[in-house]
Amino acid sequence: MNRITAAFQRLAKENRKALVGYLTAGDPNPETSFEILRAACGAGIDVLELGVPFSDPTADGPVIQEASQRALKAGMTLTKTLDFAARLRRESDIPIMLFGYYNPLFKYGLDRLAKAAYAAGVDGLLVVDLPPEEAGPLRAALKDTDIQIVFLVAPTTRPDRVQKIARETGGFLYLVTKAGTTGEGGLDYEAIRKHAAEVKAVSPLPVCLGFGIRNGADAHQLAPMADGIIVGSTLCNVIGSAPDAPDLPARMVAKIRDLRDGLDAN
Amino acid sequence: MTKLIGQYPDATGHFGPYGGRFVGETLMSALLDVEAAWTSAKNDPAFMADFRAMLRDYAGRPTPLDCAERLSAHVGGARLWLKREDCTHTGAHKINNVVGQGLLARRMGKKRVIAETGAGQHGVATATIAARFGFDCKVFMGAEDIRRQAPNVRRMELLGAQVVPVTSGTSTLKDAMNEALRYWSSASDDTFYVIGTVSGPHPYPEMVRDFQRVLGDEARAQFLEKCGQLPDLLVACVGGGSNAMGLFYPFLDDPCEMIGAEAAGDGLDTPRHAASLCGGSPGELHGALTYLLQNDEGQIHEAWSISAGLDYPGVGPEHALLHDLKRVRYEGVTDQEAVAAFQALCQFEGIIPALESSHALAAALREAKKRPATQNVLVNLSGRGDKDLDHVTRYLKEVGGQRSEVGKE
Repeated sequence: MNRITAAFQRLAKENRKALVGYLTAGDPNPETSFEILRAACGAGIDVLELGVPFSDPTADGPVIQEASQRALKAGMTLTKTLDFAARLRRESDIPIMLFGYYNPLFKYGLDRLAKAAYAAGVDGLLVVDLPPEEAGPLRAALKDTDIQIVFLVAPTTRPDRVQKIARETGGFLYLVTKAGTTGEGGLDYEAIRKHAAEVKAVSPLPVCLGFGIRNGADAHQLAPMADGIIVGSTLCNVIGSAPDAPDLPARMVAKIRDLRDGLDAN
Repeated sequence: MTKLIGQYPDATGHFGPYGGRFVGETLMSALLDVEAAWTSAKNDPAFMADFRAMLRDYAGRPTPLDCAERLSAHVGGARLWLKREDCTHTGAHKINNVVGQGLLARRMGKKRVIAETGAGQHGVATATIAARFGFDCKVFMGAEDIRRQAPNVRRMELLGAQVVPVTSGTSTLKDAMNEALRYWSSASDDTFYVIGTVSGPHPYPEMVRDFQRVLGDEARAQFLEKCGQLPDLLVACVGGGSNAMGLFYPFLDDPCEMIGAEAAGDGLDTPRHAASLCGGSPGELHGALTYLLQNDEGQIHEAWSISAGLDYPGVGPEHALLHDLKRVRYEGVTDQEAVAAFQALCQFEGIIPALESSHALAAALREAKKRPATQNVLVNLSGRGDKDLDHVTRYLKEVGGQRSEVGKE
């Protein structure tokens, strides 16, 4: 069974919520990044979103934009990101998703990507600027793998589209908690509660909430509304606020524990 | 010949393998709304009548079709004709598109508009119609471009727009477009995004082309009236490619040759150019599959040209299709060739062309001298060049410029 699906089934049985963590591969440099990722995988996240850096991340706020820039400057590539996935897979059964923008994947070649990602033990793909309407070629390339494509539902998505996206998505539904770009803060809990309930009513899939979650207290507030939460900017900010710190893996572990504790405290 | 007019884009916004709507889910509803509004507006005679009336009374259309007799004689080949978009209000073809999108924004009940700009021309055009319609207006502009294009920043501010400096990425046009998309995803409920060229997600490439084709429709009718036949060759410059699509589109099913002049900067064999079709490869940026300047890893390169208006690492998806179909020939024109053509038009016709349009002129001059005097070459003079005087002066000082030697190799 696909590791993402298995993880959500296990969490449901244990009556726990999923912590999905995003980190840009190669930030602040490939060597340190790999150590941070290893530490993060053992620190309490249930699904790893491995960010493929891109020069023009139009859906991201400043924190993840800068993470991408640092990684690219340090020579990070999709090939190296796939290598990271393969090395993490040798050590852990954690579900790994590649998370990024379409152009680097398209340029790499979709068939080549499908083969390489599958061989590396990747379980899912989330391509921010690839709505279901444009995903035909990627879906076709993945047909001989069990890699799932995860799609997003936004606060601006109309109800008829929510149903369509829910039919197309694999693994879980990524529910964007606020309009605008990724980044910490700006959450309207009541609106999120309502939206999450509407989405859960039309989809049997697990629903995870992402965008704007800062800390354990936010995680605690949001946990009852869905099946899990997704954190990105708040993790990347651990690196961005002190990219030269010698103890980045330990700082990342502390940040993840805070989020985990908030999530589990319900 | 297979008919091309009316064939593209298909119902899903694709031009063959190009185009489409590659955006984050947060923007999908906004784009579906724009598409629905545009579909209804283009079939509404009252909307199109408003558009034509405003082009006539506000933008100053139709623009003249002008025979460049002295320049033609100097080159000693085919006859050169100029479609004089430099004569419009605000001095470039950009006004056609913003009048159309402004009317559409008003029809949709939006009160605010945003735009991206590189050189500032599209920003000025958007600020212009925002003032005319009473919209609140924000223009995203790279911090580096703000420094290079101070007069246009002052124009936009005078017209009541807020110029938002963009410091992310390379602080140029592509980053301004990134930032405009980011802002739009947080404000799409009351804000209309006025994209400046035949680029971006569906329906923009189609919509901007259809607003710009007025210049090609006019040119075709004017040419037939003056010459009783069609031109042999059409030439236009291509950055994003809106003036070129506007000119080419009504002629696509005619037996006319077409050349799109891309900015070759220091040369196509150097990294300093902006020629996505001549020197790029297929990829997806800003919502559309098209040709891009990018490295092997799919990271976008910074474009480079003496002309800020051509300085974009992508190109409209319909041009990508026309390139693959070989319906249009895309050629590079270097900074040096463009400046020589700029000088030639000043000296032989008393017209100061935009540096963007000078790329088209340079490609046209190259062709004209290879052709007999019985042939006619129609060039889109997409804008006027007052904005470029400082640039050209500085360039000529740096390269120790000589007087134009066009046609006298």
